[in-house]
Formats: sequence, structure tokens, C-alpha cells
Amino acid sequence: MTSWLTTILIFLPVAAALVVWLVPMPRQWVGSLAALLSLVEVAVWIAAVERFDFTSGKLQLAQRHSWFGDLGVSYHVGQFGYSLWLVGLTAVCGAAACLYAWWVGRERPRAYFGLLLFLTGAVVGVFVAQDLLLFYAFFEAMLIPLYVLIGVWGGAGRMRATITFVVYTVAGSLLMLAAIVVYGLQQGTFDLTRMGTSGNDWLFLGFAIAFAVKAPLWPFHGWLPDAYRESPVEVSALLSGVISKVAAYGFLRIAIKQFPGPTHDFRVPILVLASIGLVYGSLLAFRAPDVRGVIAYSSLAQMGLITYGLFAANSLGSSGAVLQMVNHGLISTTLFLLAGMVERRAATGELALLGGMARGRPALATVLMTTGVIALAVPLSSNFAGEFLILAGVFQQAWGWAVIGAVAIVLAAMYMLRLISAVLHRQPGPAVTEAALDLRGAELGIVVPLVALLVALSAWPDAISGHSFGTSSKQTAAYAAPAERR
Amino acid sequence: MTIQHPHVDWFALSPSLAILAAAGALLLVAVLVPQRARKTAAAAGAGAGFVAAFVLAIVLAAKSPDATTAIADSIFRDRWAAVAQVLIAGCGAVAVLLSWGERWRTEHVAEYYALLAAAGAGMAFFVQASNLMTLFLGLEWFSISLYVLCAIDIDLVGSLEAGLKYLIIGAVGSATLLFGSALVYGTTGELGFDKIGAAGHNHDSLLVLGLAMVIAGLAFKASAAPFHMWTPDAYTGAPTPVTAFMASATKVAALVVTYRLLVTAFPGEEHLWTWAIAGIACASLAVGNIAALAQRNVKRLLAYSSISHAGFMLIAVAAANALGARALVYYLIPYSAMSLGAFGVVAARERELGVPVTLDNLAGFGWERPFLGVSMWAFMLGFLGFPLTGGFVGKFYVFAAAYEHGWWWLIVVGVVATIVSAAYYLAVVRAMYFRESAELQLAPAGGSPPRDLLLASGVGACLVVTIGSFFAVQPLIDVAQSAANALPL
Repeated sequence: MTSWLTTILIFLPVAAALVVWLVPMPRQWVGSLAALLSLVEVAVWIAAVERFDFTSGKLQLAQRHSWFGDLGVSYHVGQFGYSLWLVGLTAVCGAAACLYAWWVGRERPRAYFGLLLFLTGAVVGVFVAQDLLLFYAFFEAMLIPLYVLIGVWGGAGRMRATITFVVYTVAGSLLMLAAIVVYGLQQGTFDLTRMGTSGNDWLFLGFAIAFAVKAPLWPFHGWLPDAYRESPVEVSALLSGVISKVAAYGFLRIAIKQFPGPTHDFRVPILVLASIGLVYGSLLAFRAPDVRGVIAYSSLAQMGLITYGLFAANSLGSSGAVLQMVNHGLISTTLFLLAGMVERRAATGELALLGGMARGRPALATVLMTTGVIALAVPLSSNFAGEFLILAGVFQQAWGWAVIGAVAIVLAAMYMLRLISAVLHRQPGPAVTEAALDLRGAELGIVVPLVALLVALSAWPDAISGHSFGTSSKQTAAYAAPAERR
Repeated sequence: MTIQHPHVDWFALSPSLAILAAAGALLLVAVLVPQRARKTAAAAGAGAGFVAAFVLAIVLAAKSPDATTAIADSIFRDRWAAVAQVLIAGCGAVAVLLSWGERWRTEHVAEYYALLAAAGAGMAFFVQASNLMTLFLGLEWFSISLYVLCAIDIDLVGSLEAGLKYLIIGAVGSATLLFGSALVYGTTGELGFDKIGAAGHNHDSLLVLGLAMVIAGLAFKASAAPFHMWTPDAYTGAPTPVTAFMASATKVAALVVTYRLLVTAFPGEEHLWTWAIAGIACASLAVGNIAALAQRNVKRLLAYSSISHAGFMLIAVAAANALGARALVYYLIPYSAMSLGAFGVVAARERELGVPVTLDNLAGFGWERPFLGVSMWAFMLGFLGFPLTGGFVGKFYVFAAAYEHGWWWLIVVGVVATIVSAAYYLAVVRAMYFRESAELQLAPAGGSPPRDLLLASGVGACLVVTIGSFFAVQPLIDVAQSAANALPL
């Protein structure tokens, strides 16, 4: 059963990037065209959702062609329920980033929007690739636009940020390449759906380290603060909202599914790293001096939580993790874009210089408050549902993990409320003047749909948590089984 | 007494003869054609020679499905050689395009193209060599042409030095190869590769010594460490189009012949030379990548990068299996395109500024010349082995070959080397895009940059091959496969 839909999802943004780069057009058109094409991508994704059969946990919308046969490498793409949600997250956040960049107006627009669209296509490719080498190709292809996006359009410290970012990620991903070569040749094929599982600890580590760097998990997060602070704000949004999910997806699709034995052996060390990241990230977020710092470190903490869910290795944990990936993606994107909007008004993100922005700016206050409240997981929010599932899942491993997770949720409330009050409440800070207006219509047009999605997910979290691994419980059990068998 | 004439298979020789004919014609052009038309005529003649050889080599490959020897067993007629000839002729044709805009002295220009063609003809002959005599003849043929080419631009600072260094160290390499060949001949009594292989020898120490010296001699040409010391100086000093040709075509010729010689003539010593080649590969990876980190001059940086790539391709040689042969042929395709293209872009910047290109004066280049900038970006990512370029698939195949040989540690070495190389390849991208030329207050020499359509089309061809080889892996691998079938693996 071949379907072109997945291929279109990958290559529509890439083709859009080529159009933006190559077709001569006036400068002013570039941003609007890119934004329009990124919205078309969302529409295509909605069409994919319509055609998707959520009752089945099998690979769908798949397409397969041989790429080079002698080593068994193929162009094989397709989606599981959870990949579909992550692709949707990518499309939505990519569109939000394009729209925001259009609104802000970036220099050298053709290059900028082209790279942004190319990045979207590469990320979608990672989420749908069912061949290890293809997965790797997309995984690395993401780095090409990111490197330039941060390096050219980034802030003052961009040189250092790009170098650390690239050194970390290239080192991680090349270890993965070595693991892929060995694993694929052992199996005689690189097709994930045809490969058997492996018990080799070294191969598992090759994959796990690459994903741990990308996520990032403590202690591989050295690149994170610089990259998130120095990038253009919509690139930070994509980095933390979408690209970190690539790592979580990699754990879910490859590390855990293909290496059940090593997953079992390394569960405790990985959960320990995740716990450290969770607590340490939350504490750093609480102490961070600027808006982006808070979001960056909260991202580290959230990735720890998602890893919890993944390595709980049961259906509760995995469903919660997928839900939380989407939640965090939307929240993080929204918060980064809001941070950008605040920075444009105050010319700084320093919390000490901000404050009192709620007065006379009801739209900004409402949006930031709503997002913040969802982010700190108040009951009835989608974040609450996700975290609850994760904690319930990890509780089945051992109750201690759940305790650490619960503590971290308290910490999340602390740093989020600190962020909200530092920006919105208190006395107006020295950087906040009367000239700083409320959110404009266009800005609301970008963030309100994101917040609306979060509210909708709060109303119906089961849309994702119950529709990721096939709705029949047998499928879910079959998914979790390899890890539980031992 | 009658002298026995061997049967001459002219068709088997046709690719090298075509380029050689062009070289001869160009020497006439140098004296007969009036000065104002000389450059055009010379470039057109050399281009025609290379294109003819390119086509003839493709036909030769198509018509030689079975490996045979020709002309009294002195050359091979098979796809392994023919595919290499296609690559060499292609490199030559692109080198002609890159050379056009160089500021040659009019009195030398025809000789330049004649020598370029002569070097190409020598390489095309060299890759067919099937005995130690033709091997040495071919080697000297193209080497001597290259020595002169390095030194031909007397206005260029360092050109003469480059030529002299290359000459002296190259002569040492040739002498080593010759001495080694003499030892091999002395122990086996045979000159032909397959006869040496068939002679069956039981670890004669002289033979092993001869083998070692032959490997060293060829490693000089492939610029693999520790026989690389001429490379940075020669590459930096030579006129950039010559460097482009050396980095691509010479590497193709040297590596293809090394592989053939080792698997054909020394199958009995495989356990020795695989280790030797693996050692040389590791040394090249280490030296090339670490030294490249410290370079500011882009040509020098690319010279060290070519040393490190010799290391990668030697991993495929060390694997000594069919997959390794395939990996080598495949790797050479994007590699030669990337080398030619990268040096072509350097040549463009050099002509624009009138000074050697460094990472500093590359600033802003990517924005000023979008096409060349994007091409350079692609070449650097290709060298680094990033997806969307053939460099990625090449590295993948090399690693696969090493794994199949059972040497996973070579994969680890290759991966670590690649991580190190990211620092300097991306430094080139950083230099081109992340900085503005205004910061440097550099004024291009002589107003707006000269348009050079031929150079741009040469670079464009390289870009197409670099990126196209990522998507069209299967057809290229089929070609590599049929080339590798000619070898006794």
C-alpha cells in the first residue's frame, strides 16, 4: 500500500525552499510566500490525519523504493500514530516560526526563509524515515540549515554558540553513524521494519548518546544555553519545541524498540540522568536571569521528564511521553515566540529589567498567563495529563522515580510563576516603557492558535495519548512488550 | 632474425592516445597559432582531447565486459581501468574550464594546456598498467608533466618552490617504487602483475621489502602520510587549476592502481599489506585532520584535507574485499568532483582579490557570489560526509567495507577523524557566511569581480556530481561493481 502523502509532507517544504531560493521575486513577497507554503504543509498534514487509521498500530501512509540494493538501503517512509503527531507538531511550529519571521522581517529573506523551510522538511523526514540510513541522512540534514540560521542571524555570541552546538551534535551523530553501519550490516538490511532486535550494548550506546546530545539529557546539555539564547527566537522555538523531540522520537523508535535488552540494562542509568536533568534543569530555570534562559532550562527539565516516560517502558509511560512531547513542543514554541515579542518591546530579556508588563497590555498578559499555567501543569491542563501519565508509568518501575518527578513538577510551578511575575507583575522594570505596546493583531494571530491547540488538548488529551500506538489495547501491549519481556 | 611485433589493440589505448594527440597538437598551436587566438585554441584543443577521452573511455568500458590484457600483456583492458579513465578525463575537462580565467602569460599558455593534457594522458595510461614496466613508465609520464605544471606560473610566488619540492620528493618516491619493483622482479622473475601473483612465493624477505617500497612509492603519489610532506607546499604553490587537477586526477590514478597492484600481484601477502595500508590510512587521517585544523590558507587547508581523504580511501583499500573495491570507485566520484570544485571556487576568489585566499579574506564571499558560495558550502559538507552529498554515501561504503573485513576499529578511527574534520570544513562555511566583507575592509582588485562563465560551469558540473551522486547511488554502485569485477577478489 503505497501513499505519496508522507513523501509530500517531507518534500513540500524542501520544494518550497527551492522556490524561495531560486525563483526570482520581489523581496517583500518572500516572507509571505514562505508563510503561505508552510501553512499548506499544515493542510497536507490535516489531510494525512483524515486518512490515518488510528485503530491500527501499524505503519501507515508508507512508501518504499530501493535506494542502493547491495547493502539493503531503501527510501522507506511511513508513519505510526506517534510519528503523525510529531509531524503535525513540526508542521504547526514550522508555520508559526515562518509567520513570526515574516512579521519580524529578517535580513536576507530568501536565504532565511529557504533555510527555515528546508529545516522543516528535514525534521519531518526524521519523523517518518523507516530506514536507518535515511533516518540518519535527515538527522544530519537538519544540522545544515541550523548551523547557518544560528551563525548568520544569531545574536552577539553566535560564533561560540554554533561551534559548541556543532561539536556536540556532530560528535553524537557520527557515533550513531558507526552504530548504524555495524547494526545494518549485521542485520543485512537497513530497513527498520525488517530489522531484528539486537542485544549489543555498544550499538545501543551509539544511538543513545546521539539522542542524549540532541535532546539534550544531562550531562550532554553543554550546547543548550548558548544555542537557545543566541539563535533567532523562532529558531530557538524550533530547536526546543521540535528538534529536541527528534531525540525523544529516536529513543522511542530506535533505541527502545530495536534494543530491548540493552534498554533493560541501561534503564536505571538513563533514568538517573533524566532525574538529574529534571531537577537540575528546573533549579537552573528558577535561577536563570533572562526569559530565554528560563525556557531553555525548563526545556532540559521537560526532556528529562519525557525520557522518564519513554524508559518507563510501559504503555502508560510511552503514551504520556508522546502527549508530553506535543505539549512541550507547543508550549516551548509559544513561550519562545512570546519571549521574542517581549524582547522586541523591551530590547532585553533580562528579568531584572522587565516587569509590570501586564498593566495596559491585556492580550500579552492573557496569552503569557495561559501558556504559563498550562506549562506548570495545573490540573485539567494537557501538561497535567501528560505528566500524570508519565508519573503513573514510571511509578510502575519504582515509586522513587515518581517522587522525583512529582518534586520536579513543584519546581516547574516555581520557575514558571517566577517568569510570569517577573515579566507581567511587580513594578514596571527600567526597560519597560509606555511605548511598548500590547501584542498586535498579527502577533496574536501567530500565538493564539498555538494556545488554542493547547487548550483543545487540555480538553481532550486522549486525542494524542490514546491515538499514538493504535487504539486496540493489544497493539499497545505489543509495542511495550519487547521491553517488558525480560 | 625477425623482431616479433605484438598485436596492438589501438582501441584499448584510445583514451590515453586521444589526450596525447591533443597534447601534441597543442605544442604545434604554441608555435603556429598567432598570439591573440592562442589561448582560445589551446584551451579548446585540451578540452576536446579530454572530452574525446571521456567518451572513448565510456565506450571502452562498455565494450570490455571481461578483463583482458593487451599489447603483449603490458596493459589491462578492463572496466576497472576504463572507469578510472572516465574519471581522469572528466577531471581534466573540468580543469580546462577552471584554467581559462587564470592570468597566464600568453607565451606559456599553449604549453600549459599541452602539459595538462600530457599529464592526463599519462594518468590514463598509468591506470591500465599491467606490469611493473608500464607502471613505472606511466608514473613518470604524468609526474614529470605535473612537476613542470607546478612551476609553470613564474609570476606566482611559491610556484617555483612548489615545483622544485614536488620534483625532489616525487623523484624520491619514483626511485623508491623503481627499487621496489626491481626487488619484486628479482625474487619472482616476473614483471606482469598477475604473474607475480601466480609465482607463489613463501615470504621471501626481499619480496616483502620490495612490496613495502612499492607501497611507499605509490603512497607518495596518493599523498598519504607519512609520504605526504610535499603535498601542502606543492598544492599551495602551484597555480590553483593545477592543484585542482592534482588533487582529483592524481588521487584517482594512484589509488586505483594501488588497489589493483596489491590485489593482483600480492594476494599471498594480503595479511601484510592490509595492515600496512591500514596503518598508512590511520596516519593520513591523523596527520591530515590535525594539521588542517591549524591552517588559515584555504589551499593549504584543502591540501591537508586531501591527505585525510587519501586516508579514508585507503581504508577501502585495506579492506581488500569486493565491497572495498566498490567503495573506492564510488568514493572517488564525488571526491574528485568536490576537490575540483573547491579549488575552482578558491581560484575564483583568488582572481578577485589578487592574493592567496585565507579564511579571513573569504569573509562575505558567500553573500557576494551566491552560486559559488553555495557550491563551496556543498563541497565542504561533502568532504565532511554530510547527507545530500555523495561524500556521505562514500564514507558509509568505506565504513561498511572496513566492517566486512572485520575491522570495526577502523570505523572508529574514521569517525573520530570525521568529527575533527568538522571543525575546519565548517570553518570555511563560517568564514564565507558568518562574517561580512566590510569588517575586513577588503577592496577587490580592480572593481567588480570578473565574470567567468567557464569556471562557473565547471564548478556547476562538480556541484551536480557531488549532489547527484547522493541520489543516484544505485547506478553509480552498479558501475563500481562492474569495475570491481575485473579484479581478482
